[in-house]
Amino acid sequence: SSGINAEYGAVRMKQKKIVKEIVVASCGPSQSQETIRTALAMGADRGIHVEVPAGTDADLQPLAVAKIFSKLVEKEKPDLVILGKQAIDDDANQTTQLLAGMLDWPQGTMASVVNAADGRLTITREIDGGLEDISVSLPAVISADLRLNEPRYATLPNIMKAKKKKIEKMTPENLGVDITPRLKILNVVDPPVRQAGEKVPDVSTLMEKLKEKGHL
Amino acid sequence: MSSTSFARGIFLGELREEEIFPYPQVLDSDQKETISMMMEAGHAFFQNTNDAAANDSAEKIPEEQLDEMRQLGMYGLMVPEEYGGLALTNTMYAKFGELTGEYDLGLGIHTGAHQSIGYKGILLYGNPEQKEKYLPSLASGDVFACFCLTEPSSGSDASSIKTRAVLNEAGTHYVMNGAKIWISNGGIAEIFTVFAQTPAIDAKTGETKDKITAFIVERAFGGVSHGPPEKKMGIKCSNTSEVYFENVEIPVENVLGEVGGGFKVAMNILNNGRFGMGACLTGTMRMLISKAVDHANNRKQFVSNLREYQGIQQKIARMNLLCYANESMAYMLCGNMDRGAPEYQIEAAMSKIFASQSAWDVCDETIQILGGAGFMKDVGIERWMRDLRIFRIFEGTNDILKLFIALNGVQELGNLFKKQGNLGTVMGLAQKRVLGMGSLKTKVHADLEPSVKQLQEDITKFHIATSAQVIKYKKKIIEQQVVLNRIAESSILLQSMAAVISRANLAAEKGDTSEVVLASAWCGEAHQKIAALVADMQNADLTKVDNATLNVGKLSLDNNGYLAQSPI
Repeated sequence: SSGINAEYGAVRMKQKKIVKEIVVASCGPSQSQETIRTALAMGADRGIHVEVPAGTDADLQPLAVAKIFSKLVEKEKPDLVILGKQAIDDDANQTTQLLAGMLDWPQGTMASVVNAADGRLTITREIDGGLEDISVSLPAVISADLRLNEPRYATLPNIMKAKKKKIEKMTPENLGVDITPRLKILNVVDPPVRQAGEKVPDVSTLMEKLKEKGHL
Repeated sequence: MSSTSFARGIFLGELREEEIFPYPQVLDSDQKETISMMMEAGHAFFQNTNDAAANDSAEKIPEEQLDEMRQLGMYGLMVPEEYGGLALTNTMYAKFGELTGEYDLGLGIHTGAHQSIGYKGILLYGNPEQKEKYLPSLASGDVFACFCLTEPSSGSDASSIKTRAVLNEAGTHYVMNGAKIWISNGGIAEIFTVFAQTPAIDAKTGETKDKITAFIVERAFGGVSHGPPEKKMGIKCSNTSEVYFENVEIPVENVLGEVGGGFKVAMNILNNGRFGMGACLTGTMRMLISKAVDHANNRKQFVSNLREYQGIQQKIARMNLLCYANESMAYMLCGNMDRGAPEYQIEAAMSKIFASQSAWDVCDETIQILGGAGFMKDVGIERWMRDLRIFRIFEGTNDILKLFIALNGVQELGNLFKKQGNLGTVMGLAQKRVLGMGSLKTKVHADLEPSVKQLQEDITKFHIATSAQVIKYKKKIIEQQVVLNRIAESSILLQSMAAVISRANLAAEKGDTSEVVLASAWCGEAHQKIAALVADMQNADLTKVDNATLNVGKLSLDNNGYLAQSPI
């Protein structure tokens, strides 16, 4: 998922000496721990696991996640937060924007290239029209596009080193965050099956057909 | 301390539970998590970077790729962390081997020849100075190692090697001369574990006799050279070459283990690495089964997809059973090694024989199911057949290992009979042993009870039949290879029955009874085969036929070829 992309982006920045310490955080059930370990194996320095009981994790919505991260930011005081652009489960693409709003920090979403100079970041964003370059001051929130980098796997020696790195555990309650969903999903349906089209010989037949089907 | 080896016990008519039941579970949650992450990294490497077909065609692993393998940590999997290794347990190493077996056997031999036998001697027998000096660069893969035992006139007969190392007058160096053949990594290694005859003074008689000593030899010592890479049937990307030693000066500090103790060092290195094959070939078989099943599900001939025909279903079933039995034995073996089983050489030999023969059969059937497509290079299966052939030959030929198993067992019986002597006593004692065969039946899932009963009966029959042979032939049983092979084959089947019962029970206890079908089917098949082998052993008429057949063999050998004339 683009979360791992975000992590690898952070590691590259650390290699370029833009970043001094990488803390990886994940909200989820106990299986999230493995994701954190993978991130540690790929170069993060320490981890934070905000544990949400299995079952309720499916109800964890972007607003709740943003609130949790906002509390973590208060605690850790990072200069930069990098998130995946959208989760593989709900594809929401909201958490980064919500978090930036809560913190009142600048945001660079859909980032595919990030460079640092003089306490500011230049970010290239993937947008519908093409690419857009923006400059933001720090601290800032970024969401990583798939094109941010080609993640490599964690090597075995790094997997072993990761075992010695710390993972701090906490719950949303510890952070004073209420994760009850604010949105309720009423209905989920497949998009309607696309109907076959019909070819008509001329414009008058077209007008007739449109009237027939009540579109005119 | 008396042995708890199940394989040894069956020769004595005993069903020793300790090492087989419950199925060994040696990984803690931390190790399981580590394996899971390693698998992810391994799959990514093999899918995105490694190209087994290209490696086969080029007969080489690309140089650039070796660097990636070094970074991955693939060369020091079982080396202690203090020397830069990953300190994996046998079971964890086996799992990584299984992953390798799924993708590229040639690459597996390259890394295996390096760590599983190439520098294993330093791990097992090295003193602290030797470990300190050599392990770090071997674990990192900066430097490659190889195992140098085989010579032109010494394959299975390892103790007949002619390479010699003689101590110089100053007593500071051994000077080595000789030639080794078919050495994996021989052309790329810097560090060689070499076995050579050294003159040793017999403590009792004062005579000088040649005894084998193991040495750590550096190419940098000078006088070490190698031949061109051998052109092989398979595992082509793995380098195999002759290695020559011409007046190589080896400091005495580089003796590995004791002077004169080299044969044992060689056998223990091979024994210690043998478990890897069972796990590796599990990966291979599983992959082949997927390909066969995919074809059977999608290929239509006559009125249906191939999957609808009994002939195909039977082949697929057989492949699953062989893979299941092999996997059960493989992980039982490394689990016991990790638990500190005092000995496991018989089980290791059994696993190696079973794995290599099963994988060959599974690949053969996969090609058959795919038909003509199976024969075509682009489809990719024929390369596996070519790669697999060597597994029945190297690391101890299956033929020798069968004799090893049988003779070990026969020796146990021989010791037992020194006290008794006649078949009647043996039978009586055997009956007692059946009754005392323990409560395994009461411990397993109800559906596995019939299989346990079969196992108990078969151990008894096997013990009685083998005992009869020992009493009949006495010391000459060493020459009776036809009989010894029947004994070995039966014992391997018994070991496999115990392994599948235990494993299926483990799954059943966790709530999954689906494996009971596999275990029962395998035990049923094994039960029939053992019955036939045991009957053959005790069939006096068959012995006459055996001898007549052997005579045909001798005549052909005398005749320098096929015995008959053309019929037309």
